[in-house]
Amino acid sequence: MDVNQLQKRFVDYTTTLVQEKGFLDDQFNQLQQLQDESNPDFVFEVVSVFFEDTDRLLNELGKTLDQQNVDFKKVDAHVHQLKGSSSSIGAQRVRNVCIAFRNCCEEQNIEGSLRCLQQLKHEYSLVKNKLEYLFRLEQQILAAGGSIPTWNE
Amino acid sequence: MSSNSNTKLIALVVDDNKIMRNIEVKLLTKLGVEACEVYNGKEAVDLLRDENEFDLILMDLNMPVMNGLEATRLLREMGVTTRIIGLSSQASEYVREVFMEAGVDDFVEKPLSHTKLASILTKYFKN
Repeated sequence: MDVNQLQKRFVDYTTTLVQEKGFLDDQFNQLQQLQDESNPDFVFEVVSVFFEDTDRLLNELGKTLDQQNVDFKKVDAHVHQLKGSSSSIGAQRVRNVCIAFRNCCEEQNIEGSLRCLQQLKHEYSLVKNKLEYLFRLEQQILAAGGSIPTWNE
Repeated sequence: MSSNSNTKLIALVVDDNKIMRNIEVKLLTKLGVEACEVYNGKEAVDLLRDENEFDLILMDLNMPVMNGLEATRLLREMGVTTRIIGLSSQASEYVREVFMEAGVDDFVEKPLSHTKLASILTKYFKN
């Protein structure tokens, strides 16, 4: 595949993630616009921190919800962190589950919280796969001597 | 420090979320503002107590150890007159009010964008 085809695939794929599937919102676009020559890996770096944080928080949430007496204050604090991080990178479907999860925390609803945790893991896994694919495309474009195209909603 | 046209503005980002801090620092840098960052309100208070001076503080609401409201109140009690912008993803009128009562100059909903930050800089540092 030549550079032009790779760049087209990159734009089409990103647009689909935003417009059709709703995995990402305009915040991801904002993030891409912050990337420049002085920091060409900015988006990758920020998203990598998001992956690390989310893996850790999901693990913590599993442990906290597995306790006999669930500390909902602690659960809510973890979900709050995750809501902030997902919102910062534009992972809107993850953020939306966080909003529902925080309502369950407020009601001290264990069953609802466990359901939200499963949903959170599912949405996170989906968006992580999509973003990893996007980064692989970026690498292919760069390796073929092209530049990362910009896209707009 | 003074914030005249010959001097680069210096901002302090106060947020416990590393991703938010990275993005806010990058946004500030892109707009020509030098940026420092700390993890919570207490670290911000300590930094200003040590006579470090800033033109702008971007203050998150929910943080461990010391939240944005406590930190803002303490800073104002210490006589700090720096512009403080309260930030939160909870964009309710209630959050705005409690932030304003604590002593911030303005409140902005998170996530911060280039447009929102540029508008703050224009509003408070026109010259």
